[in-house]
Amino acid sequence: MFHLIERYVPSASTYSGDIDFVFSLVFWIVGAWLVATELVFFWLILRFRKQPDVKAQYITGELHHEKQWVHWPHMAVLAFDVIILIFAVKVWYTVKQDLPPAQETVRVIAQQWAWSFVHPGPDQKLDTADDIKTVDDLHVKVDTLYHFKLESRDVLHSFSVPAFRLKQDAIPGRVITGWFQATKTGTFDIQCAEICGIGHALMPARIVIETQPQHTAWMASQSPISVAALDLPRAAQE
Amino acid sequence: MSARPIATTRSAAGLPTGRLAVWWVVVSEIVIFGGLLGSYIMYRLAHDAFAEQAAHTNMWIGAFNTLVLLTSSLSAVLAHKAAVAGDGKRAAKLLWATIGGAFTFLIVKSFEWTNEIHHGFTITSSTFWSFYYTAAGLHALHVIAGAIIMMIVAADAKKNLELHRVELIGIYWHFVDLVWIFLFPLLYIAK
Amino acid sequence: MAHPAETHAAHHGAHAHAEPGWVRKYLFSTDHKMIAMQYMFTGMALALVGGFFAYVFRMQMAFPGMEVPFYGLVTPNRYNVLITNHGAIMIFWVAMPVLIAAFGNFLIPLMIGCDDMVFPRINRLSYQIFFLSAVVLVCSFFVEGGAFGGAWTIYPPLSAKSQYNLTPLGSSLFLVAVALEFVAFLLGGINFITTAMNSRAPGMKFYDVPIVVWMIVVASILFMASVGPLIAGAIMLFMDQQVGTAFFDPDRGGDPVLWQHLFWFFGHPEVYVVLLPALGIVAEIITVFSRKKLFAYKTVLYTVFGTGVLSFTVWAHHQFIAGIDPRMANIFTVTTLLISVPIAEMLFVYIATLYGGSITLATPMLWALAFIAEFLIGGVTGIFLGASGSDIYLHDTYFVLAHFHYTFVPIAIIGTFAGVTYWFPKMFGKMMSETLGKLHFWITIVAFNTIFIPLFITGAAGDHRRIYSYRLFPELAKPELQSLRVLATVALVVMLLAQVLFLWNFFYSLWQGKRAGKNPWRANTLEWTTESPPPHGNWPVDELPTVYRGPYEYSHPDRKEDYWPQNAKA
Repeated sequence: MFHLIERYVPSASTYSGDIDFVFSLVFWIVGAWLVATELVFFWLILRFRKQPDVKAQYITGELHHEKQWVHWPHMAVLAFDVIILIFAVKVWYTVKQDLPPAQETVRVIAQQWAWSFVHPGPDQKLDTADDIKTVDDLHVKVDTLYHFKLESRDVLHSFSVPAFRLKQDAIPGRVITGWFQATKTGTFDIQCAEICGIGHALMPARIVIETQPQHTAWMASQSPISVAALDLPRAAQE
Repeated sequence: MSARPIATTRSAAGLPTGRLAVWWVVVSEIVIFGGLLGSYIMYRLAHDAFAEQAAHTNMWIGAFNTLVLLTSSLSAVLAHKAAVAGDGKRAAKLLWATIGGAFTFLIVKSFEWTNEIHHGFTITSSTFWSFYYTAAGLHALHVIAGAIIMMIVAADAKKNLELHRVELIGIYWHFVDLVWIFLFPLLYIAK
Repeated sequence: MAHPAETHAAHHGAHAHAEPGWVRKYLFSTDHKMIAMQYMFTGMALALVGGFFAYVFRMQMAFPGMEVPFYGLVTPNRYNVLITNHGAIMIFWVAMPVLIAAFGNFLIPLMIGCDDMVFPRINRLSYQIFFLSAVVLVCSFFVEGGAFGGAWTIYPPLSAKSQYNLTPLGSSLFLVAVALEFVAFLLGGINFITTAMNSRAPGMKFYDVPIVVWMIVVASILFMASVGPLIAGAIMLFMDQQVGTAFFDPDRGGDPVLWQHLFWFFGHPEVYVVLLPALGIVAEIITVFSRKKLFAYKTVLYTVFGTGVLSFTVWAHHQFIAGIDPRMANIFTVTTLLISVPIAEMLFVYIATLYGGSITLATPMLWALAFIAEFLIGGVTGIFLGASGSDIYLHDTYFVLAHFHYTFVPIAIIGTFAGVTYWFPKMFGKMMSETLGKLHFWITIVAFNTIFIPLFITGAAGDHRRIYSYRLFPELAKPELQSLRVLATVALVVMLLAQVLFLWNFFYSLWQGKRAGKNPWRANTLEWTTESPPPHGNWPVDELPTVYRGPYEYSHPDRKEDYWPQNAKA
């Protein structure tokens, strides 16, 4: 009932279930309204088809008892809107306004046309000598609260991880901080969700969610040479 | 070319058609300049560097040009008064005085800009100067357009034709003036 | 009260409506009806172009990498160009000219009982500028570097710097085309507003004006009040593109997000600008074909005004995750969900109008009813997106796309077919074929739903927008999703082919249709009291109508006839 999106996309973060809940809540509420309204609508068309010798009624809609038929549904729409708003704002706050303390931080860099990532490395600190820089693959640990620091080197991009239900536009000249916590291991899609030129569809990436031992093993496999070789130049500006 | 349709002569809203139309033109222009100036104000508030650049505009020239425009608005009002009294010749003369004010404004501005460019303050020098030239430039285009239309209206007015248009171009002119009244403090005084 | 100025000058001037030569009659006319036709035919021609683009890019989605018949290979660049121009063409060069300029120009003077717009020469100028804007857009395809491909929303820095978009000339031409189109509609709007306010027939009070006229006037006011900041933004973007200013360049102190605010401050009211005329057309049709007074006319009017005002408060729902302050998002989610209330009210009022009616399902009525049924879906799916929490996931997916096609297609396509099939007899003096009309209707509607319902699903499954192929995304490169994409494409091809039926019906009826009388639908509004098609000047100069009642006096209990024209004395 409330896992409509999960039928198609895995739910892999602490808030993906909440976002799915809002989607499903809206689905059932508006779905019921839609069906009810369409049924009334089609019934009226059938019921009041032109009949021989039957004249239409002269109804102005200005009388109080006539207006009620529109007034009460209208109030009900407002009431349901308020219910939806409460849940939507709660989820929004959780994902976008709240920033729980980080256990780890990663840097996510978008450019025409690739994603690169800076992982803190074994010392768990960014911007130190043992940072691991990769292109295309973001490695994170399951059940760990990450902050991501999102940047762009040129135009607008958008960091989208459907399995997390997460999306955040990347703006050149700014560093935008967000958070996620993965609840499942596995490898999932990263998309760019803001048109960024002819290579917009050609910058897929993957997020690899690992257990602690798997992650440690991965870090160990990243030799210092691969770190230096992935130093990506800033795109020329003028 | 068909003559004026009957539609133009009706007045169900109580206002003459021409005046109603000019007011709508003014409304849409207000939103255009409003958008531009609103953007400028937001940038200004976010960037302290603007104040430093704005210090280089010449407040005295700006003030002089303000005076010129206000005076030209006065002559536009007097032109309207003359038109209402049926004195087309006088209205035309006063419109030409307004046009003179417009040209004075433009000439002063061209000296001002030449001087600023000479000192290295071009449209790409910084965002402040980008706004300065764009906003004042858009305004200047409206001054030119207004002056040209005024010449046409004056030519007709001199022959006592289409005198109602004196008021209409006057309304437009007051709007052009009003935009400058906002530009002047934003670009010249706020330092 | 109106003062019919039947002065000697007007009388004399009206006799100057002698039959002009071919060039002046068809190319340089100042007659509002001819200008309406110019807008309508230009809009319809560009709809074919926009539709062709959709065919091409959908074929690429369904059969990635294969050469599309009648086009060729769809490269990533070409794909972006096609979707960008499809969107821009459909909104600016189809929906607006047909719904506002064509119907507005044709209907307003006729429905308020006067002989033309108040400024016929400015009216002609507005079309000429509009035509020029279309030419500029077409030119952008033929310049070096090709047409712009950065989406109809033109976000910088992509749109501002040619090193990013690789289309130095195309980007600027696109922007100039849009700016010219705005100027054309500003000019046109002045005519509509002034004419409707001032040139009403004697006796036509505020509440006696047909709803469609009010809708077009309010749409014009909305347009004029909202487009200004975007014009300012377009000037700034053009300067960034051509002069090297840095309004939107973050490397030199500019802000790309400012463009988004300027764009959407216009962009959201814009959707109501096109919605309102369509709603107006639907109101005219459902009253005539159910022989019923419009339910709560005043409520409709006030709801329209309220929606217009509210439409200025919702824009940043397009930018929830764009990097705006997250606290701002809360304000916009509230206003966005609130605006669903007046829209729902309007739809309820239309549905209530059917109650107690005597409904005939002629082709125009089918289209008008379909508008209501389909727009309801568009409206409710907007709730998913207006709710900030769920928009985090749904933003930039095909869910958004399906939502806005469930609003735009009813507006621009269903609304247009409703209006054209209803007013065709008045415009051209001939009746269209009911059989062909109904066949066209059913195929189009079934096909339309078959295109976009699958896209709601693929969108919820993660299909992001503006992507020429999902091959590289393992979660999306699944056969079950691809089947849905293919289904949508096949349905689109069917829908496009079905339009041949309409074109055939249209042109054949023009030539060989049954002759229409003055009032084949037995309607009340003033346009039905004159010849079909109306002559230059609409009515003989001394027979301009006087109005005695509102436009929706159908099935009045005191009358034998079930309609009561506005200008009938008793």
